[in-house]
Amino acid sequence: MHSTTSEPVPESVGLPQTAAHALKIAVVGGFGVGKTTLVRSVSEIRPLNTEETMTRAGGGVDDLSGVEDKHSTTVAFDFGRITLDPTSVLYLFGAPGQKRFWFLWDRLFSGALGAVVLVDTRRIEDSWYAIDRLEQQGTPFIVAHNDFGGEAYSLEDLREALDLDPAVPLVRCDARERASAKQVLIALAEHVRSLAASRTPAQESAT
Amino acid sequence: MTRSHRDESPDRLHVITGGRSSGADGALDAVTLVVAESAPAPGMQSEHAAILRLCRSPTAVVEVAAHLGLPVTVVRILLTDLIDTGQVTARHPVSAPSRTHPFASPDVLEKVLVALHNL
Ligand SMILES: Nc1nc2c(ncn2[C@@H]2O[C@H](COP(=O)(O)OP(=O)(O)OP(=O)(O)O)[C@@H](O)[C@H]2O)c(=O)[nH]1
Ligand SMILES: [Mg+2]
Repeated sequence: MHSTTSEPVPESVGLPQTAAHALKIAVVGGFGVGKTTLVRSVSEIRPLNTEETMTRAGGGVDDLSGVEDKHSTTVAFDFGRITLDPTSVLYLFGAPGQKRFWFLWDRLFSGALGAVVLVDTRRIEDSWYAIDRLEQQGTPFIVAHNDFGGEAYSLEDLREALDLDPAVPLVRCDARERASAKQVLIALAEHVRSLAASRTPAQESAT
Repeated sequence: MTRSHRDESPDRLHVITGGRSSGADGALDAVTLVVAESAPAPGMQSEHAAILRLCRSPTAVVEVAAHLGLPVTVVRILLTDLIDTGQVTARHPVSAPSRTHPFASPDVLEKVLVALHNL
């Protein structure tokens, strides 16, 4: 599931020469929740895998709790891509959202237009920290329940279990289905648009 | 979890980057698009040559990392070398959301929504 230098890069995989503006959306959640599946469902390329590393000396690392190696930490993430038009391209990052990884994602996700928190009802607690962190950062996000067909949860119960702000959209999806994954991204983009529209200049100066 | 350079020893990464750690690479976002401005020259460090071949069309920093099988941090350093010598140019994300302006512009959001609906 990973590429190497020896792998030929087909010409067709390249972006148009006019591509100049890249955007990003983060997909976070616990292990095995369907992050890669969701990215794959909508991406025009097979999801690629790479790593972010950070050393203690690398700067600004104040929380290494849970990290085995004090000197250097490496965490894999994957990403896919959707070319929006001849000049713009959207990258989708799938990354584990547990607490011990966030110091790596702060940089990777900075400037993201929004985030999707994927939730699996078998391990709801895996998503708590990601939600806290996104709220703190002021990054717009929605929550998507990737339904593995386990115990049935109503969205209201799930919202309560997540202690989710009523203003944050909560949707259900099947990350394996392109149409469903696409709806999740549309829900996020619409949410960001309504947040942006409701933030009047008066409110902006009040904060 | 897969690790693309599982067998890569720290020594090897040290050699690739000439022993430098990240520092002057702060401007390179994960989705900055990089474009080669020249062809690989004979005798060039192999990673630099690979980047110039890959970036004949615009390529995001993370894509370069994935294709080379190197961590993003290392690729930022390699790209900075090539940018400093004018062999690569960078197209930075413009008007990306930030703490003070947390939302993408209405134009950008509209463009994203249209493209998603057309998927
Ligand atoms: N039933 C069901 N299975 C799913 C769904 N989404 C993903 N899966 C399966 O769940 C498994 C894990 O999905 P991944 O996409 O690899 O999850 P991930 O979050 O990327 O996992 P890690 O990167 O290992 O943390 C795969 O076998 C998927 O086929 C879904 O909506 N329903
Ligand atoms: Mg995955």
